[in-house]
Amino acid sequence: MRSQLIRGHRVVEDEFAVVSLPEGADPASAPLPEGPVIVPLAVWSARREELLSREHAVGVQLSPTDVPSTLAEDLARLAVVAVHFPKFADGRGYSIAYQFRRRLGYRGELRAVGDVQRDQLYYLSRSGFDAFLIKEGHDAQAALASLHDFNATYQAAADGRLPRFRAAPPAREAAGG
Amino acid sequence: MYRYDSIDRQVVDERVAQYRDQTRRFLAGELSDDDFRPLRLQNGLYIQRQGPMLRVAIPYGMLSSTQLRRLAAIARTYDRGYGHFTTRQNMQFNHPRLEDVPQILAELAEVEMHAIQTSGNCIRNTTTDQFAGVAPDEHVDPRALAEILRQWSTLHPEFAYLPRKFKIAFNGADVDRAATLVQDIGFWAVRDARGELGLKVIVGGGLGRTPIIGSVIREFLPWQEMLTYTEAVLRVYNLHGRRDNLYKARIKILVKALGPEEFARQVEAEWQHLRGSEATIPEHELARVSAFFADPPYESLSDEDAAYEKAVADSRAFSLWAGRSVHAHKRPGYAAVTLSLKPHGLPPGDASADQMDVVVGLADRYSFGELRVTHEQNLVLADVRKRDLHALWLAAREAGLATPNRGLLTNIICCPGGDFCSLANAKSIPIATAIQEKFDDLDWLHDIGELDLNISGCMNSCGHHHIGHIGILGVDKHGSEWYQVSIGGRQGKDAALGEVIGPSFAATEVPGVIEKLVETYVEHRREGELFVDTAQRIGIAPFKAGIHGVEREIVHA
Repeated sequence: MRSQLIRGHRVVEDEFAVVSLPEGADPASAPLPEGPVIVPLAVWSARREELLSREHAVGVQLSPTDVPSTLAEDLARLAVVAVHFPKFADGRGYSIAYQFRRRLGYRGELRAVGDVQRDQLYYLSRSGFDAFLIKEGHDAQAALASLHDFNATYQAAADGRLPRFRAAPPAREAAGG
Repeated sequence: MYRYDSIDRQVVDERVAQYRDQTRRFLAGELSDDDFRPLRLQNGLYIQRQGPMLRVAIPYGMLSSTQLRRLAAIARTYDRGYGHFTTRQNMQFNHPRLEDVPQILAELAEVEMHAIQTSGNCIRNTTTDQFAGVAPDEHVDPRALAEILRQWSTLHPEFAYLPRKFKIAFNGADVDRAATLVQDIGFWAVRDARGELGLKVIVGGGLGRTPIIGSVIREFLPWQEMLTYTEAVLRVYNLHGRRDNLYKARIKILVKALGPEEFARQVEAEWQHLRGSEATIPEHELARVSAFFADPPYESLSDEDAAYEKAVADSRAFSLWAGRSVHAHKRPGYAAVTLSLKPHGLPPGDASADQMDVVVGLADRYSFGELRVTHEQNLVLADVRKRDLHALWLAAREAGLATPNRGLLTNIICCPGGDFCSLANAKSIPIATAIQEKFDDLDWLHDIGELDLNISGCMNSCGHHHIGHIGILGVDKHGSEWYQVSIGGRQGKDAALGEVIGPSFAATEVPGVIEKLVETYVEHRREGELFVDTAQRIGIAPFKAGIHGVEREIVHA
């Protein structure tokens, strides 16, 4: 099963080709395929004008060590910001997503890629991601259910939910048990 | 104590459903071992030497008798009839079956308990003073703030996959009984000159391989900003903490590398975006949560109780116990009582289901149906009338809960060690029980006086050996178990790290080494001086000299 994209709570066709940059490769010389592409931040920085002059939509992918504010001036021009999770347990991408949504005010597609599986979806979506490229070999259709693991929440996050103490008070229950 | 409302209830119920499905998928082969590991860890389930170990959260150590009764029932039904209280005021079950865990969690949820974030690289159970709310030296009862922090940290989406585990503790009294200087964040609840409530913020303390005393990064944080400031600390840590080396991933390493001033500067810069936001705690929330920690309906009593005084005078055994186990209380005529889980010769911190049921009865009868778990792995009944102390003692003694050793050498703080834990280099419980047997003479024990002895089976330091007056650390040398001994550590506001006294010892040598350390102390002590104070005054050389004797005796024996 190849990687499948979840967007808008549905499994959809991914129209973007991903350009990867092998270790040590020159960002200026990476081949760009026709059609919409997602490129690494280094390629974007090296070939910004060229990418913007194409007719196709363009997205940028960040690694966990990239700094979101690098893209602050360009966010309106990007169709996708993708954040790479090298490992399930590497949680830097959650704080990166927070910065895009809450600090930089980015409103476009924020896509989690890499080691992305269903049991992360709830936290990813609360942190501001709205698209998820489910790792190869995992069932994206089945994963949809995990977006709704919890309806009750305690804290504010980048999904716009308020802390419990700012929301309407819950129904009181009789003491007991 | 805090009671769940519909939101709290829904969170734990949804968690049980989520974990039930994750377990089902794991057992069906849809989730690999590697992918299931971080999920089960965030629900407190380790896979250990003897199979799974489940750690249940006891927020800031507070339990109702209803909850303890349920823990006893779970111990009987799903384990071997006992549980283990940990240094993080939690309970561990050492032998549940993996497939039973979702059901155990469902039964815990019925009594407002869970195992959320009791393990894994996330924000762990918040801890505090076992005498919170009743201690005469307390300025601020920190439990409402601890509960607000518990809720905020529960299932926080951004901070579930931190570089490493993250521990927070609160203190609100003169004496720091919550080891706040060796936490990832230590909060001291304080009042400023105008009487406003706030927090002194200490970060980057910790034990483990690199023991460090925490640094104050803010002298006074208005309480309303507790969550925004914590969020700023965690965001800086999540983005910049090391992830390349397990042993350098705690926040203390980041704070040390940047320097506390630079770390504080980065936190303050992040916090400027967050202060005064929707996460700032409103007055009505503190009021709502504080109401759960209001005083129970105390009686107006005289502080002197003639029957109690007479019982102390009449019974040496009772007086020995009372001297160690009865603690001052803010209300006249009341006392807080330690029930010892350190009987000589049994694993420290263990309680049988029958003992738990006895404590349930005692809490209901004598202490408003509540109790606390201490980080020293004992239980506390916090609100006992002095006139009830003798009857309480008789019942506790019959259940093996009245060893008069609180604060003494045999009140050993001890991790589960190599008998249970797959991380351990060496066993710790047999060392503890051997030492307890060596010091079984109560008169001698009381003559030695206050002495904290801590044992950890490995550098993860769950037994807090660095801050024991005597600390014992299990080490692995060429596949066999050895023990390093340190002296001079202490907990509290003047927390200090112990100094290793020499070579490592074999398990059989350890009780003799401890005996020699105690003899050196007795020889040098001044009137009323504690072991740790003598050690500080005379340094480690005389203790080392004493130890050399024991080595020779053993070698030539």
